[in-house]
Amino acid sequence: MFKYFEPNKIFSITSKAPKYVLFLFIVIFSIGLTEALILSPEDYKQSHSVRIMYVHVPAAWISLGIFSSITFLSVVGYIFKIRNFFLISKSLAPSGLVFNIVALVTGSIWGKPTWGTWWAWDARITSMLILALFFVMYLVAWRIYENNDNDKVYKITSIITLVGIINIPIIKYSVEWWNTLHQPASINILSKSAIHTSMLIPLLIMTAAFALFSLLIFLMKYNTELIKIKNKGLDRL
Amino acid sequence: MINDLFFMNGYGLYVWSAFAFTLLSFISLFIVTKIQYTKEKNKFIVKFGTLNSERASFAKSQSINKEILSNTSII
Repeated sequence: MFKYFEPNKIFSITSKAPKYVLFLFIVIFSIGLTEALILSPEDYKQSHSVRIMYVHVPAAWISLGIFSSITFLSVVGYIFKIRNFFLISKSLAPSGLVFNIVALVTGSIWGKPTWGTWWAWDARITSMLILALFFVMYLVAWRIYENNDNDKVYKITSIITLVGIINIPIIKYSVEWWNTLHQPASINILSKSAIHTSMLIPLLIMTAAFALFSLLIFLMKYNTELIKIKNKGLDRL
Repeated sequence: MINDLFFMNGYGLYVWSAFAFTLLSFISLFIVTKIQYTKEKNKFIVKFGTLNSERASFAKSQSINKEILSNTSII
């Protein structure tokens, strides 16, 4: 099964896909922005500041999803010695970090009119900051060890993700375990969401747009990594 | 209408700065990734050009190398 993940087979697809993904991203992002900034209603309590949710929440969701995927791929890659899984993980990390920073900064901007402060050492916000540090550690580990020893970089990055994944349930349940400034989740997959459809639809459109953007960056980064490997191959010829 | 969209009951500064920051982050990440891609690709083309004909034909026999050389730009 893993032969389908061979870089040679994947490159012919990944090299052509970005332009289509970019086009789709622009279309969906434009619809999402129109919905989020113009068509969606203001909140009865938070007024127009609720619109920040349409960038803050998708960014947070996607950064959590990316870190979980990186951990899964690193662990499976390490157990089954699949080098390509590490390449995929490495290519996902930059967009994960950027989404995490977007979630922190937009959350901070939203906090000022809502809570009266830019920052609070609240459980949810602090655990998101810790996640950003794990993303940084992961990327720095690649930068330091990449050219020295492949086994070492695989091992170190897998350990970083394994330790970091402990933080994911903490982020998710922090609003329930502790008294936090941050509000509890409004959207539940298993039960009825506490958010009206007129706000849920733009939120889902923006999430789709953000997911497409992370796919676009992933594809570009993955192609770069493959060419980097081929460059090393030419050196050995 | 335009004023409402711009000022948003006094929340305009917060909302627009959050969206502007997001957009700026996206554009920066896209440009940085694109530059890295172009740099690696140009390095590959230069290295390929320095190979002698025997090595070049061997390298060209690999489909991925052909793909890299044929795609002048990913976007």
